[in-house]
Amino acid sequence: MKPQNKQILTIQEQYLRQHKSHHRQISFLRFFLLGIFLLLWEVSADLGWIDSFFFSSPHRVILCLGELWAERSLPLHIGITLLETILSFLLVFLVSLLLSTLLWFSRQLSEVLEPYLVLLNSLPKSALAPLFIVWLGTGINTIIIAGISVAVFGSIISFYTAFHQVDPEKEILIRTLGGSRRDIFFKVVLPGSIPTLLSTTKVNIGLSLVGVIIGEFLAARQGLGYLIIYGSQVFQLDMVISSILLLCIIAMLLYLLTQSLEHYSKKHRS
Amino acid sequence: MGALIELKNIGYSYHNLAGETGAIKDVSFQVEEGEFVALVGPSGCGKSTLLSIIAGLLAPETGTIVVNNPDGSLHYPRIGYMLQHDHLFEWRTIYQNVTLGPEIHHSLTKERIGYVKQLLSDYGLESFQNKRPSELSGGMKQRAALIRTLALDPQLLLLDEPFSALDYQTRLMVSADICRLIRKAGKTMIIVTHDLSEAISLADKVYVLSARPATIKAVLPIHLTLPDESLLAARNAPEFPYYFKQLWEELTDETTK
Repeated sequence: MKPQNKQILTIQEQYLRQHKSHHRQISFLRFFLLGIFLLLWEVSADLGWIDSFFFSSPHRVILCLGELWAERSLPLHIGITLLETILSFLLVFLVSLLLSTLLWFSRQLSEVLEPYLVLLNSLPKSALAPLFIVWLGTGINTIIIAGISVAVFGSIISFYTAFHQVDPEKEILIRTLGGSRRDIFFKVVLPGSIPTLLSTTKVNIGLSLVGVIIGEFLAARQGLGYLIIYGSQVFQLDMVISSILLLCIIAMLLYLLTQSLEHYSKKHRS
Repeated sequence: MGALIELKNIGYSYHNLAGETGAIKDVSFQVEEGEFVALVGPSGCGKSTLLSIIAGLLAPETGTIVVNNPDGSLHYPRIGYMLQHDHLFEWRTIYQNVTLGPEIHHSLTKERIGYVKQLLSDYGLESFQNKRPSELSGGMKQRAALIRTLALDPQLLLLDEPFSALDYQTRLMVSADICRLIRKAGKTMIIVTHDLSEAISLADKVYVLSARPATIKAVLPIHLTLPDESLLAARNAPEFPYYFKQLWEELTDETTK
């Protein structure tokens, strides 16, 4: 007989096992919660506890998605919303990086602009959307601008704050090595702020999605925001709820994307 | 040997809305080439401000700095500055950290790289050059910071309480070690410290500064008979307690005034 050393675990192995089983348990409970929710939803719709005309039900959602798929419009709506979100997110990143850099370089400019940035940041951006439509017409441009407007001001403020939180002694170090303000920016301020830039990015991608949906509510013929508004106008609440569920999935995928980006950068840096 | 740098009646004050605070008043002294000078004084007396002025980071409000280069040229001496913390950047490897100066000056030539690599191997950091700063001990980080300072081949080294972030035991070893390396490299050094034993054990001459606004209150040339070759030899020298007492009296006088 073989010695039964498989049964004897070191404390480290026990720890690893415990860790794994904990994680498995959490994942299971997460899916379990989702399953319970869907099951309850379906059952209460089927038994007439809720009116499925207003509250839809999982199987009606699937039917509705199937119908949209058959019309070949589903990938188009999802694709347009995704495209608009990613474009406005990238533009937000670019614009806020450029502007916050400019503000860092010019103390005077930042002092002058500060109250305006704070004001624009706290302004509800949905109030601007009707203006954008009048100025830019309906279409993808307006929607991307709406997406940008929601995220960009907060993002500039976060980037700028991150730039200013860099240890001033590190800036002195660059100066003692004969570096200019430009060297301070590129050797210390920018690389030192990358963790904050990435965490701001995580927030921004969600905000861009919010802006895009606001834009689509008002000025679109395609996209999930359009489907929601259209569905509610023709009282096709299955379509509204299906689109909302799709939005949930998109939001989660975008979050996972930024998270893996952050993870990658952390690994890369240390 | 002539004076490498000569400060004449340097004065500086800080300004804010509440008024003017004099930091330095009428400070004059000179540093010979190859000399190790320590500046001690009560805390907050403007020692760091004085170093910043010598480094050219701040312009003095009054007074002049005269430069006497050994070769007769008029350029300001190349200055290396070591701050309180090592400030090695975690997003760079040790090699990328120590070559930061030449990188900024766009002077990362073959000779310069050779020089830096030589320093890395002399200081026992060769096998750590691709590591991140967090993987090094406190003493090794200070050595890396010294190499970063030396990489630009400065004539005058300014040290602003460079070891105060280290724990006591490491500090004793590292300060003696770093200064031995600087002496071996044939540099001139000005060190600011509030640790009297550190000043006595490292410097050739100690200047005592008064409370703010700082002026030079006393000069104490140090001559130690070293009992052996060890890093802590200076602290075991027979003259050590005498110097310590003298500095102590000068300073207590200043803080109780």
